[in-house]
Amino acid sequence: MTTSNPQLNSHGELIHLLSIEGLSRDILHNILDRAEPFTAVAEREVKKVPLMRGKSVFNLFFENSTRTRTTFEIAAKRLSADVINLNINTSSAAKGESLLDTVDNLAAMQADMFVVRHASSGAPYLIAQHLAATGRDHIHVVNAGDGRHSHPTQGLLDMYTIRHYKKDFTQLTVAVVGDVLHSRVARSQLHALTTLGVPEIRLVGPRTLLPAAAAQMIPGAPLRVCNDLADGLRGADVVMMLRLQNERMNGALLPSTQEYFKSWGLTPEKLALAKPDAIVMHPGPMNRGVEIDSSVADGRQAVILPQVTFGIAVRMAVMSMLAGGAQ
Amino acid sequence: MKIAIQHGRVIDPASGLDQPTNVYVADGKIVGVGETAPGGFRAEGVLDASGCIVCPGLIDLSARLREPGFEYRATLESEMAAAAAGGVTRLVCPPDTDPPLDEPGLVEMLKHRARQPGFAHVHPMGALTIGLAGQRLTEMAELAEAGCIAFGQANHSIIDTQVLMRAMQYAATFGFSVWLQPQDAHLAKGGVAHEGAVSARLGLAGIPVIAETVALSTYLQLARETGVRLHIRRLSSAAGLALIRAARADGLAVTCDVTINHIHLCDDHIGFFNPHTRLDPPLRSAMDRDALAAGLADGSIDVLCSDHTPVDDDAKQVPFAEAETGATGLELLLPLTLQWAADHGVPLPRALARITADPARILGLDRGCIKPGVPADLCVFDPQGSHTVSRERLKSQGKNTPFLGRQLAGEVRYTLIDGHMAYSADRLL
Repeated sequence: MTTSNPQLNSHGELIHLLSIEGLSRDILHNILDRAEPFTAVAEREVKKVPLMRGKSVFNLFFENSTRTRTTFEIAAKRLSADVINLNINTSSAAKGESLLDTVDNLAAMQADMFVVRHASSGAPYLIAQHLAATGRDHIHVVNAGDGRHSHPTQGLLDMYTIRHYKKDFTQLTVAVVGDVLHSRVARSQLHALTTLGVPEIRLVGPRTLLPAAAAQMIPGAPLRVCNDLADGLRGADVVMMLRLQNERMNGALLPSTQEYFKSWGLTPEKLALAKPDAIVMHPGPMNRGVEIDSSVADGRQAVILPQVTFGIAVRMAVMSMLAGGAQ
Repeated sequence: MKIAIQHGRVIDPASGLDQPTNVYVADGKIVGVGETAPGGFRAEGVLDASGCIVCPGLIDLSARLREPGFEYRATLESEMAAAAAGGVTRLVCPPDTDPPLDEPGLVEMLKHRARQPGFAHVHPMGALTIGLAGQRLTEMAELAEAGCIAFGQANHSIIDTQVLMRAMQYAATFGFSVWLQPQDAHLAKGGVAHEGAVSARLGLAGIPVIAETVALSTYLQLARETGVRLHIRRLSSAAGLALIRAARADGLAVTCDVTINHIHLCDDHIGFFNPHTRLDPPLRSAMDRDALAAGLADGSIDVLCSDHTPVDDDAKQVPFAEAETGATGLELLLPLTLQWAADHGVPLPRALARITADPARILGLDRGCIKPGVPADLCVFDPQGSHTVSRERLKSQGKNTPFLGRQLAGEVRYTLIDGHMAYSADRLL
């Protein structure tokens, strides 16, 4: 029975980034600290540092996502790594090759890092465990989103953003609004916020989009379930909106986008219930007029574009920490 | 061959016998139990059972042999070796073979293939509906004649409640038993783990407890209405157990079983997406597990079964949600029964009843007991001997079990089936 956390080595150091669950406050701050100088790299004339020169990063996307793949690609290239992009659902998997066969083949091409996105929760764990079992754990795995489970670099860039604007986590009230049930982003945020000491986290949404055991889903987390948006927003310092996937919009979970927007969409009037200096975040891509009103998305409290910028720096921090040699 | 099994502690839960004594076997039958051999008995072979327990051969109410159709996962030969090594002498195989056991020829073939010296007695369960599709009834009378002991749907539901009711009415006409796993197909749709805090944290789609209780309520009401003898397979929740208790208190003669996995494990054991814990029904909460273990002890749950399901590595070495359900179990039934008894302070005779006399009662067979005249299906085991569950040690072709790496007590020394030595630990030496 596997009980040890496969993303840490025997010294408790990070060898893969699979989930934020199980990472200490020190490791999280260490990653955020490390990201800080990388934000300046983008300002330089030559937007590159040589930390991963000669390393091969394979972007293994079993589920399409141009945006996330691009941010990892930019981060790796700014670290001077060689990047190989593979859209697996249009290649080997379609020909019936198993996930681990694909991994074995790419590992044989001397990969140093796999950036993995997969539609099934836990797929990056399977890959990391397989690499360990076959003596190839010098290849690092970064989870770029697995099913509903985890999207740790998104969670980290969100924490970077909050720290940038709010400094101290231990006084904050954070509202996470929308489709928590299906969201790997939300799960990563909840683990990170809890570990960083946020005293109140509200899960806000209709019951069909919240897990059945929502308040207990993260051991020790200060979670409060709000089925009313106004309740959830009142006095909040940070409002984290979640994307509503198209396929969930009309059916047995929700009757229509119009009704969703009316009850759960973030409008200027609703946002006025939060603290005046509250920030509004969104992992993108946004559905304007569904989960968020354009005037909020483009308003002064929105930090959605800075999130994207910080995302590159945070991914550089993670990748260089894992594969960049001396820390 | 005449065999004397000497100096063991003989436990026969059916009669309440529990004492150090000898068992005498001749011509495939038990011919005597006691200090002295029956008149004229001259042993040709003597088994020394010192320090061991001699009990009826185990009866497993759910073991997949994977024939016909899934021979790449397991064969009759490999699984019969596993049964013998596990002390199992009689088993019921669910109808979800390929093709399903929905016509008499298939059942006769399976019975014929399984009729070999040293092979456990195999009772096929017939499909309740053709192709397990839940639409048309099978020829139950013909199937029973071919050897089916009961009728069921394996893991498949009958979604059309009218068909289910008619299937029960038809079975009741002939006095056949219907065995069902309670799971509402719609409420369980897409789910891969117990709906609770663990599945919420891991981002695994949930199967709520209500999927079990909604189906179970329907089955219990239909059983009352149709008068069919209903056996509930693989109960998974405390709430389901409460429904069974209430129905019994209300006079319904319903029986039920639980698997070795569900009394020992819970959703916490999924850990970091361990595909060996992908089971049907799902492992539920620790509270459910404890309630099931207690229910088995007090008799609310009649039987403990292995739910033996060999799955090939390729079908398990995939992300959790894509992994096939099931775990190997024939060789773990005895040690996990002993573990449960030790954990919950259940006296050994009562614990062994759950895997011998109680399943025999549900099958309506005068078996699972030690008395003169019955076939000599016996298990001799060393309760102290322990081993670590490993792929190498498992004789089953299925190496998939959440118990890999666990140290378990209870070593089978000898398994006799119809007086034939089906397994002997001595031969390994």
